[in-house]
Order: sequence, then structure tokens, then C-alpha cells
Amino acid sequence: MGITSRNNRGNFDWLLIVIFLALIGIGWVNIYSASIDPSGVSDFFDLNNLYTRQLLFIGLSLLIIIFILSLDAKFFERFASVIYVTSILSLLGLFIFGKNISGATSWYSFGSFGLQPSEFAKAATALALAKYLSDIQTDVKSFVHQLRAFVIIALPAICIVPQPDPGSALVYAAFFFPLYREGLSGIYLIIGSITIALFVLTLAFGPIYIIAGIVLIALFLLIKNRKKRFGKRYYYILPLVSIVFVLSVNYIFQNVFEQRHRDRFNVVLGKEVDMKSIGYNTYQSEIAIGNGGLTGKGFLKGTQTKGNFVPEQHTDYIFSTVGEEWGFLGSSLVIILFVGLMLRIIFLAERQKSQFSRIYGYSIAGILFIHFLVNIGMVTGVFPTVGIPLPFFSYGGSGLWGFTILLFIFVKLDSNRVNEW
Amino acid sequence: MRKILLFSIVLISGILLTGRLFYLQILDTSYATLSVNNAIKRVYDYPQRGHIYDRNGSLLVSNQPSYDVMVIPREVKPFDTTEFCGLLKMTREALKTRLDKARVYSPRLPSIVIPQLTKSEYAYLQEKMRKYEGFYIQKRSLRDYQVDFGANFLGYIAEVNRSDIEDNPYYQSGDLKGRTGVEKQYEETLRGIKGVKYIQKDRFNRDIGAYKNGSLDTIPEPGKDLTLTIDAELQKYGEELMVNKRGGIIAIEPSTGEILALISAPNYDPSLLVGRQRSANFTKLWYDTIAKPLFDRSLQAEYPPGSPFKTLNALIALQENVVDTQESFACHGGYYYGSRGRKLGCHHHPSPLSMVPGIANSCNAYFANVYRRVIDKYDTPQEGMDRWHHHLASFGLGQYMGTDLPTGRPGYIPDSDYYNRAYEYPKYKWFSTATISNSIGQGEVSLTPIQLANVTATIANRGWYYTPHIVKGIEGQTELIPEKYRTKNVTTIDPANFEPVVEGMFGAYNYGTAAGVQIPGIEICGKTGTAENYTKIDGKRQQLTDHSIFVAFAPKDNPKIAIAVFVENGYWGGRYGGKIASLMIEKHIKGEITRTDLEDWILSHSLEEEYAKPLSGKPFPINDGKKISGKVEKPIL
Repeated sequence: MGITSRNNRGNFDWLLIVIFLALIGIGWVNIYSASIDPSGVSDFFDLNNLYTRQLLFIGLSLLIIIFILSLDAKFFERFASVIYVTSILSLLGLFIFGKNISGATSWYSFGSFGLQPSEFAKAATALALAKYLSDIQTDVKSFVHQLRAFVIIALPAICIVPQPDPGSALVYAAFFFPLYREGLSGIYLIIGSITIALFVLTLAFGPIYIIAGIVLIALFLLIKNRKKRFGKRYYYILPLVSIVFVLSVNYIFQNVFEQRHRDRFNVVLGKEVDMKSIGYNTYQSEIAIGNGGLTGKGFLKGTQTKGNFVPEQHTDYIFSTVGEEWGFLGSSLVIILFVGLMLRIIFLAERQKSQFSRIYGYSIAGILFIHFLVNIGMVTGVFPTVGIPLPFFSYGGSGLWGFTILLFIFVKLDSNRVNEW
Repeated sequence: MRKILLFSIVLISGILLTGRLFYLQILDTSYATLSVNNAIKRVYDYPQRGHIYDRNGSLLVSNQPSYDVMVIPREVKPFDTTEFCGLLKMTREALKTRLDKARVYSPRLPSIVIPQLTKSEYAYLQEKMRKYEGFYIQKRSLRDYQVDFGANFLGYIAEVNRSDIEDNPYYQSGDLKGRTGVEKQYEETLRGIKGVKYIQKDRFNRDIGAYKNGSLDTIPEPGKDLTLTIDAELQKYGEELMVNKRGGIIAIEPSTGEILALISAPNYDPSLLVGRQRSANFTKLWYDTIAKPLFDRSLQAEYPPGSPFKTLNALIALQENVVDTQESFACHGGYYYGSRGRKLGCHHHPSPLSMVPGIANSCNAYFANVYRRVIDKYDTPQEGMDRWHHHLASFGLGQYMGTDLPTGRPGYIPDSDYYNRAYEYPKYKWFSTATISNSIGQGEVSLTPIQLANVTATIANRGWYYTPHIVKGIEGQTELIPEKYRTKNVTTIDPANFEPVVEGMFGAYNYGTAAGVQIPGIEICGKTGTAENYTKIDGKRQQLTDHSIFVAFAPKDNPKIAIAVFVENGYWGGRYGGKIASLMIEKHIKGEITRTDLEDWILSHSLEEEYAKPLSGKPFPINDGKKISGKVEKPIL
């Protein structure tokens, strides 16, 4: 035991920790700028200030880090199932004890603070999935096992959607990446990609052009491979299924989606949308970022930020403050930090000896990636508005702790890899 | 493949998002402007508009504070509406409508509840305002007129319209701008330059502090005071004399070209166009198309000058050497010309007459002879006509006077081109007889009152004039008025040729047509005018009672005042014009009126009846009932 802990201390991946601290630090500076009251001077230590509260959250997250790092690395693998079940129960408990904040029942309330269990469910799910997939008896190529893995992933997502918080549920798509890494058939990837591509293209250009395109490609492939003996029926079936899907896109879009979702798609696709009402968030956020220029307006000098033009600026739209006050240089630095963090995690995951650690690493890289892509894509106007936070940046205790736990379990697992055999 | 999928997707996404940022922040510059429009507010600090004084330093126009009761609907707390309505003297329903309207406009931005409270209303309200949260009083500056005359040259200010804003980026919606008179002409001097403060706004358009700590803000530059050449006493007296008459009086100081009085009748009280009733009053004035109070007759009305124009013909004849002061011409009740015995009639007077008594008695025959000699001096009537036109142009006639007031008309002096066109030359020929009416100031010539006053001033100066102007100094400094008004204009007539004309005008006053308006102790040179004029009624040309015209300057030597009076349909020159002119001269030179009989007559006589005639829709007599309009040719004085 003594030997193990001494080894552990020296084996933390300091690069991950440095990037983590940098993101937390930069994030807090921007929350400070976005939430400081420009008219009056208020006490820095007043807990009504969002930036003061965030500082408190950061302090608490350091305690969480110490706690996680002091646990035994095997604890997470051993207790993965317990953690997962607890997490699901906490999500279900929301239906009874949850507090409704701005339309979503996602919170347990403790005085003036709230806890959002969905932020912790990601880590729990990642642990459970890693545990299940790393089991010697699990075969990713078996359809039954795929189904079970899917249930593990889908269960928390299903609990979250009706809160309603579809954005947080979307994050669970991230678990495709570890599954694929562990040997899930590529056909899922292809079908998924084609479905998304067809959906977006049909909305953008209308079904006629897309069907014409499908027919042309199918004919081309058919003629090119006319000498093949087998598998020819796919050349008929796949295009047919695609065409049926394309034809149903409009129906899905008009009847399954709600108006606000349609509006969000239309904003991104550049369709005629009133930028003063429906596209307001995106429009203001683009103005703020565009206003930054190369070097930005400077700390606390952003006119859009000061004027509170961007809604939810300290939470989901925090990146627009970075864009306005620190310019292209500052915002690309943040992107480089995020990309660096994720690539480092993937790199570390690949060198794990334990399959559990690798799957877990891939899971958190995927989760961080979905958050990163959807959030920054939304703030810069290339992705429909989906309310998910930017990891380590956005204001909020639950989110910060959720990501901290997510990341530092991996730091702990990674530090223990020398003990694996 | 399995190992690098996520790795590549992360990398590519990072690059794409960086590219998007590059586009938003570096390539597309439109966002920066959008941001400025969106988040920075300019607040203007308006300087006090400059005051306006008369030539003796008495204040004509200053500023008065005006108070608007404003409300920010969001901040309104429940209050005692009955008391509040009592204070504001409005009904509860009216208050409710106002507040609802304000709330619809914006719950967070101020709206006006009651505009333009007077000072006394404000004083009463001020103490109680703090009880009503969400309401406050905003101070604005309005014009405050110390006098009830002079509206025609003082002009008024009004909110800028769309084209003002487009023409001049200085103006913002809601700014005030001089619309007429000196307010318009000296707009930039009077208004000063507004200061600007840049204020950072939040998304509700609320102020949250100075932008860049006020480093871009500017301080307002106060408006400059104007001193006018107008003598307020004389102006006021002239306007009183013109009550119930239409026309204009212009008095000029010949030695400087300064306008002493610029009277257009009917006029209006300038303070009508200030304050809460402005809009209603303006509409009323604007739609009075009969009396046209907004039409400045002294500058814009083009009248046939009548007999005073004879003085110019006499000057031209002397300059062209076609007559001397000794030669006399007989008058047989008029001047007969042409093969069919056409006649330019005249009134009873001694005959024959030479130049000085010719002017004094205003003999039409004398001037018909002299005028024909000028035109016929040259080989063709065209040449003579142009020569005549050239001399008149040197008096500033037939062209814009160039005063420092924004309105004016050129009048008309015909030249050979005009008659060539009219008579279709060379298909038909025309001779001096065709233009004979010009000899007595009728026919094609027309002058504005200020042009006639300037001619009088030029005669008083014996050959030169300063362009008439109304501003004497800016901030008390005379050097600041434009160079143009400090430059002498010299006519084409030699100074020596003016003496006989001055003598003639002196004669008119002493023994001639204006003998009835003499004032003891002042040597006045004058000339009466009685001008035929026509109007159109139902498309038919209809003659109206003659205009009463008088020009004069005094004293004869070293003149202090030159004056021209037009009274529309005043019948003959001495009847209204002469009396008014002599009263004005006495007022200016003596400072008091000795001929109270004249004054009483003018103040008690009205021409409103005369003005109502053409509108009655029935045939009407003209010239004091002696003739039915449009029938008989009558002598011209």
C-alpha cells in the first residue's frame, strides 16, 4: 500500500492538470467580466456576485480533486455499478423532489444553491460503460451485448430528456466513440453520418436535389460494379431507404420537432428568420465575437458584454465574452487549450494497459468533445442553439464539479497504469 | 482507423471553429459597427441658443426654460392619482391613457407625460415631485420673445425634418433649427455646437456609465449673441401704423445700409410659434391664404413701383445726356403717341415743366418724353433698352438684393431679349413706345419694397449704397459680419446727376404731390407713387384699387433714414404711404410725434373693407367708389 501511494504521487499527468487549471482560470476571469455590475461597486466577497460564487465552486472542486486522487484507483472500477445505480436514482428522484428553475426540473435545491445530478451522471455512465465493456465476457461485436451497452448509455439520457433538458441528453451520443474504439462495427458510423448528412442537406436544399443526387450516385456505383456477382441488392435497397428518409425529413421536421427547434435550425441554415427575436441569442453573440477583432476590446472593456446584450452570457454563452474581450488571439488560445486537452486524453487513453481505463478515457474525451463542439458551434452561429455548457468555463457549480470529477478520475486511473499488468 | 477517428474529428473540429472565429473576428468587419450601434449611446448636451438684440442693445429674443413631466413606467410605484392629477391639471382618464401609451412605447425608457410646463407651474410642482416615483421633470430650452413684433425677420425655430438630417449630419432627430428669418440665416452662429457624451448601454437600453471613461466626449460650444440693425422702437411703431393694412415698410440708414425697420403687414406675434400651442397656431397662420401673414411682403412682394421709379428714369436720362435740367415739356393732360392717338394720361398740374418740378409734380408726360429719348438715343431700341437695363442693374434691381435674410425676390427689369421674345422680333419690330409704361414705373417693371428702399438710400447717398443687411454685430463685434455688407456698391450714375433728382423730391415734399405730409423742422425728400394693379378673379383680370406708395429720405443733407412704404390698395401715394413715411421719419429723427393728426388718421383708418371687395364675388367699385373696377383708364400719379 505504501509503495503504491508513493508511486502514484509522481505519476499524475501534469500536462492535463496544467491545461485544466488554465481553463478554469481563464473561465473565471471571463465570468468575472460578464457578471460584474458595471454601475456600482459591490463587495468582492458578497456571495450574491456570480463571480464570487464561481470562485467558491472552484475552491470546492479542488477539495473534490484531492478526495478523488486520494482514493484507490481500483475503487472506481469496483464501485462503478453502485455509482451508476445511485446516479440513475438521483435522476429519477428529480421527478419527485426536483426544483423547477427556468422551465427545467433539473435541480435539487439547498438554500440558495442547487445541484444538477445530470452533470454527475455523465461520469457515472462512463464508469459503468467502461466496466461493462472491459468485462472479459463482453463481446462488442455481439448484437445482444451492443444492446446492453446501449441500455446503459440510454437510461440516464432517457431520465434527462423529460426534465426537459435535451441538450444534456445529446451528450450521451459521445459514448459512440469508446464503443467504436472497442470494435463496434463501422456500419453504425456510416449509417449515422449518412442520416445526419441527409437530414441537414435536405433541410438546406430541399428534397428534390438530394433525391436526384442519391439516384445519380446509385447509378454510378451500379454501373461501376456491374460485374460483381453478389450484394447487388444493396445498390437498390440503400438508395431506396435513403429516398424514403429524405421524403420523410420534412414531415419529421414539421411534426416531430417543436417550433423553437425548427427556428434554431433555420437560424443556422441562414433561412429567413427575424434576428431580433428568434435569432437574437445567436445574433448578439456573433456581434460580440465579431466586435473583438484580432486582439479584443480588452478585459472588462467589451461593450456587448458590459451591456448584457448576450443572454446567458456567464453560462452557455461565456465564449462570446472571450471573443469580444480577448479577440481572435484569446479565443483561438482557448480552442487550442481544449483541443490540446482532448488530444492529450486520447493519447493517454491509448497507452493505458487496462481496457477499463482506456474506455473511460475515450468516454470523457467524447463527452468533452460534444460539449466543446456544440457549445462553441452554437456561440459562433454554426450549430443550432442547444443549451449545454462549455466545460470548465461556464458558470455553475454542478457543471464544474461534474467535469472535474470526470477528468480527475481519469487522471487517477492514468497515474495507476504502471501498477496494471 | 479505430484509434485515430476521435483524434482526427477533434483536430478537424478545432481547426474549423478557429476558421469560423477568423471569419467573424478578422474578415467580416460589419460586426464592429453593429456593436457600436447596439451598445453605445450618444447623449447630446445642447448649448443655449444665442440671444438677439436690437441696434440699441435692447433684448428681443432670449431663451426660457420649459419643463416636461416625464415618466419611466417600470419605476412607477402606486401613488395618489387624485392629488397628482390635481397638480398637473389633468383628468384621471387622460393620465391613464398617457401612462398606457408610455408603457407600450417602452417600460424602461422615459416618455413625456405633460410637455412644456410654464415656470410657475413648474415651481409649484417641483417640491411635490419626489413623492411620485418614476416621474421626473426634464428641462428644455425654448425661445422667449421679449417683443410681440418683428416675427417676419426674427423667424422661428422648429424641429428638424428628415431632409435636414440627411443634408447635414450635425442634426439629429429632435434637434431644433432656425426655419426662417435671422434664426435661419445665422443658424450656425446662434445655435453654437452641441457637446456629445458617449454612454455605454445595456440590452434594455439603460445607461450604465461613460464609454471609455468619457475620453471621446466633447464640451458644447455656446451660441453667439446677435445684434440686429433694427431699431425696436421704430419697428414697433411701424407695425402699429400698419395694423389693418397690408404691405411693407423698409427703413434703411443710407450711410451704412443697415435696415432700421423691416415691416411686413399683417404680421403675427412671434411667441405664437413657441410652446404647447405652436402647432395649432402655425396651422392657422399657414392656412390664412388671404392675408398671408407668413409671407414677408417687405422682402418677397413684387409690386409695380409706380412714380418713385421716375426718379431712376430721370437719373438715367441725365447720365445719358438726353436732357438737361432746363428743358421743359408740355403736358396736355397726358402724353400722346403712336399713329392712332394713343394717350398716357396725367393729372392736373402746371405745364410745361422741367425736371425738378416734373419730379415734384410727377408729370407722366415729362417722363414719357425723357424715357423715349433714352431708348431712342441709340441706333436700335434694343441697344437703348439694354443701356437702360444696365443702369438699373447697378442699383441692384431685377436681381436678388443679397440681404442677410433667407427670403427675397429679384423683382423684374425687362431688357431687349424680353421684348424681342414678346414681340417675336425680328418678325415684328418694336419701338420705344411699346415699352412706354416703364417710364412711369408700370408695365413690365416690378420691385420689392426693399429694392425701392435701397434705391431711395442710393439717391440719398448720391450714387452709392451698401447692400441692406440686418445684422450689426456678432457677440457685439461688427468685424464679424460678412465682408459683403461692408463694401460700397457704386452705381453707373455720376454723383452730380443726383442733385436735380434730390431737388425734385424735395420739391414734391414742399409744394408737389406730397405737400400734405410735411413735418415742421425736418427737410424731407420724397416721392409719391400710385400704382395700378390687377388680380385674377375667376380667371378674369380685374383691376383693384391702386397701391399707395411712398419713398423718402431725410434730412436732405447728410440723410439719416431712407424709407419705402407700400400700402396695398391704399388708393394714392400721399394717402397712406406718405403719411406713414413722414410719421416714421419723424419718429426716427425726433423720437416723438408732432403731427398727431396724421397719426390719428392712420391709426383710425382700415383697409380691410377694400381687401374684402375682390372676395365678395360681386362687381365692386375701385379707387374709393369713383369707378367700377376694370372699366376706365385713369390718370397715373
